[in-house]
Amino acid sequence: MNNKSRENILRAVKRNQPPAEDLVLGEQLPAIRYDDVEAEFIRTLHSIGGTCHLVTGVSGISSALTGNFETGGRWVTTVPGLPAIPRADPLADPHGLENIEVAIVEGDFGVAENGTVWIKETSLAIRVLPFICQHLVLVLPRQQLVHNMHEAYDRIGSAEYGFGLFIAGPSKTADIEQSLVLGAHGARTMTVLLLDQ
Amino acid sequence: MEKQQPSHAALSEQFNADEARVDWHDETLWWVRQKRDKAAWTLPEWEQLRENASRIKQHTLTNLHGYLLDFERQAQRNGVIVHWAKDGDEHNAIVHGILQQHGADRIVKSKSMLTEECHLNKYLESKGIDVVDTDLGEHIVQLARETPSHIVLPCIHKKKEEIGEIFHRFLGTPKGNADPEFLTHAARLHLREKFLSGRVAITGVNFAVAETGEFVVCTNEGNADMGAHLADVHIACMGIEKVIPQRGHLGVFLRLLARSATGQPVTTYCSHFSKPQAGQEIHLVLVDNQRSTQLGRDDFRSSLKCIRCGACMNTCPVYRRSGGHSYHTAIAGPIGAILAPNLDMRDHADLPFASTLCGSCSNVCPVKIDIHTQLYKWRQVVTAEGYGDKSKTLPMKMMAAMLATPLLYRWAGKLGRWVMRYLPAIVSNRFNPWYKHREMPDAPKHSFGEWYRKNRS
Amino acid sequence: MKTGLFIPCYVDQFYPNVALATLELLEKFGCTVTYPLNQTCCGQPMSNSGYEQLSESCNRLFIENFSAFDYIVCPSGSCTLHIREHLHSKTRPAEAAGIKSKIFELSEFLTDILQVKAIDARFPYRVGVHQSCHGQRGLHLSHMSELVGPEFSKPLDLLKMVEGIELVSLNRTDECCGFGGTFCVAEEAVSVKMGKDRVADHEQHGVSFITGVDMSCLMHLDGILKRKKSKIGIKHLAEILNETGS
Repeated sequence: MNNKSRENILRAVKRNQPPAEDLVLGEQLPAIRYDDVEAEFIRTLHSIGGTCHLVTGVSGISSALTGNFETGGRWVTTVPGLPAIPRADPLADPHGLENIEVAIVEGDFGVAENGTVWIKETSLAIRVLPFICQHLVLVLPRQQLVHNMHEAYDRIGSAEYGFGLFIAGPSKTADIEQSLVLGAHGARTMTVLLLDQ
Repeated sequence: MEKQQPSHAALSEQFNADEARVDWHDETLWWVRQKRDKAAWTLPEWEQLRENASRIKQHTLTNLHGYLLDFERQAQRNGVIVHWAKDGDEHNAIVHGILQQHGADRIVKSKSMLTEECHLNKYLESKGIDVVDTDLGEHIVQLARETPSHIVLPCIHKKKEEIGEIFHRFLGTPKGNADPEFLTHAARLHLREKFLSGRVAITGVNFAVAETGEFVVCTNEGNADMGAHLADVHIACMGIEKVIPQRGHLGVFLRLLARSATGQPVTTYCSHFSKPQAGQEIHLVLVDNQRSTQLGRDDFRSSLKCIRCGACMNTCPVYRRSGGHSYHTAIAGPIGAILAPNLDMRDHADLPFASTLCGSCSNVCPVKIDIHTQLYKWRQVVTAEGYGDKSKTLPMKMMAAMLATPLLYRWAGKLGRWVMRYLPAIVSNRFNPWYKHREMPDAPKHSFGEWYRKNRS
Repeated sequence: MKTGLFIPCYVDQFYPNVALATLELLEKFGCTVTYPLNQTCCGQPMSNSGYEQLSESCNRLFIENFSAFDYIVCPSGSCTLHIREHLHSKTRPAEAAGIKSKIFELSEFLTDILQVKAIDARFPYRVGVHQSCHGQRGLHLSHMSELVGPEFSKPLDLLKMVEGIELVSLNRTDECCGFGGTFCVAEEAVSVKMGKDRVADHEQHGVSFITGVDMSCLMHLDGILKRKKSKIGIKHLAEILNETGS
């Protein structure tokens, strides 16, 4: 622990920073809102390479899963009420998830302006899960959509978490001559099941 | 013996030897600029958003001391181990120290321009550490033994055939295969092994929140997370200017960052790290490396607002036609040209002049850094400090003297035009850089002043 | 309303017709125009090269020549911007400030001050408009493509008043031509490439003339056009607006 550098840096910063100014941002951060927040979320999610299905109840989840994914390979979930699929064990070694084909995780809420979904650590069981799986499925209650990122952070509020994550679609890269490729190091596909209870 | 580094002008000349390639490089980056425009236009409030982001960053700089202390305290409360490095060397030693402590001989690293600035890879490799850059673009340049040419699109200067060749050589992909999907998948498999066997992961930091002590890492590929969540030790490296006051401010920056950088509404992953997971350590290395000096420069302080989006590079007509490597510094383009002289004024004195001061960069900057104004001001500083091109001084003094004396100006003009009309070879020859690719303007018999004197006064 | 005519040094020497067109145009609109005989240069060549302090004498000369006018008009965006941003004087600060507030580039003078609504001009040609950077981004003569906001253009509004003119849309509406002052020789390779690309954009759209508010840009583009023996000509905005076709 280099305390000398810490002291020197802080001293230099204090000496060199300009006189303190209050932050003035205006009453409300300007932010877009949509006539149909759900339609916008779905449209944006599609435009970033994600897939979306509207499902009703647990049975809806199950049929969407069997209807859209090969049943072979190892599946795991953190969503309660899906007995056919093994629950992710929060105490397991993350490396053991290497061969997960499909991971089904609960999303907290979605954001229409960019198609991203906030996932709480408590919904993940293991942090690496949504990245290490080949295919990621997020179950998101239909009503839990906000218009923009300001509303998103209002919603997160001052909640304390060890880790939180916004996921917008499948992993991707365009590093090779700007050709967009879906499926880089994270999940190759990402599906949102908008859940009607 | 002083290190003689080729100037931006010299390197750009080399870059321009292959015109078709320049066209390709220019058009690719212009297309990214256009994607940015399209994304900006989806938000009617875009300009207000930029203004707010600018104010948040500006305010932060006026209380950076307080916010750094707040951030450190909160991060430590969360169980993060905080280190302070005065410069690149110290940063590298700290990182190495952590590796030694854990007996690790290799690392996986996601994109961090700060670690580029500190030349971390070279340092660790000299200590026998195997460094794997996991961002696809960075992995490619690493295999090619080059540095990234762009802060967001590291191998934008490489054609897919060249990448295919690199992958064939190092990853064993079939010769001649230049299909981006195929190559990306090959990289996925290859790097997956590295993630799974890695025990120490290094990431950058996009934003560090003083209020909560959390820090955010944004990627499209998921490589930062694949590294960090599988490692026993996560080292996050950040410049001290990355601190923002409140969690809620992330809303402003995350709305601007990806749209400015690539035209996407947001990066695929915005990971908010607060506490280490069970059995893991998170180390945060706060780096100064002359940022505190820049903080004290009234004219250039606001360059520290930068959120490293790269929009200025995509829009810069000079960057697009000279390439990132012509800037001979980790961070290239317009923002690089106003940051680098602070790091090493002698080595980077040419950068503020690698510009026509067109002002496009300032307009695309999501935090409204007045880049083109700072380029102009750095020119004055660099020249006054004696690091400018000294061969300009005498001609400049002569020109100033001539322009200060109306009679002298009129006679010089008359003489110049006479020479151009009757002895054109004196001016129109290969020693005149203008003449290399352009005709000289016609020299009229009379100046406007002469006409006015004769006909109007 | 006494109007001082500020003619950039290189326009005075190499493009006197542009200066003449500016003079005639202003007089057509009823201005009493004087060209101070002892003017030389705004000082930009030294300042942009890092030798700001060497332009002190140009500042002094400028104030001597121009402080007495109600308005100062200049057919150059970059020279006007330079004065607006950088003119200063330790000994005559009030006059320097005064000049900064009353100096205008030609198109903004015609649009904002004279509020010209019609021009008696004829120019039946296909014309590409080069948006010079300092005029556009510095003086806000027109909407900038980087910004989210309403479209507008003072030079374009004026050009649209010219009979017979056909204005084309370019691929890149406001990319820099690459002149940039001493940049044009110090970074010759990039400067020329930028110019060639601008020229190609205009060529692609089949223009007969390229126009703009700055002769520096047009001089650079013309150098490239002439080298490739192009039939495309250059005309400063003032020349087109002053073109009666007789």
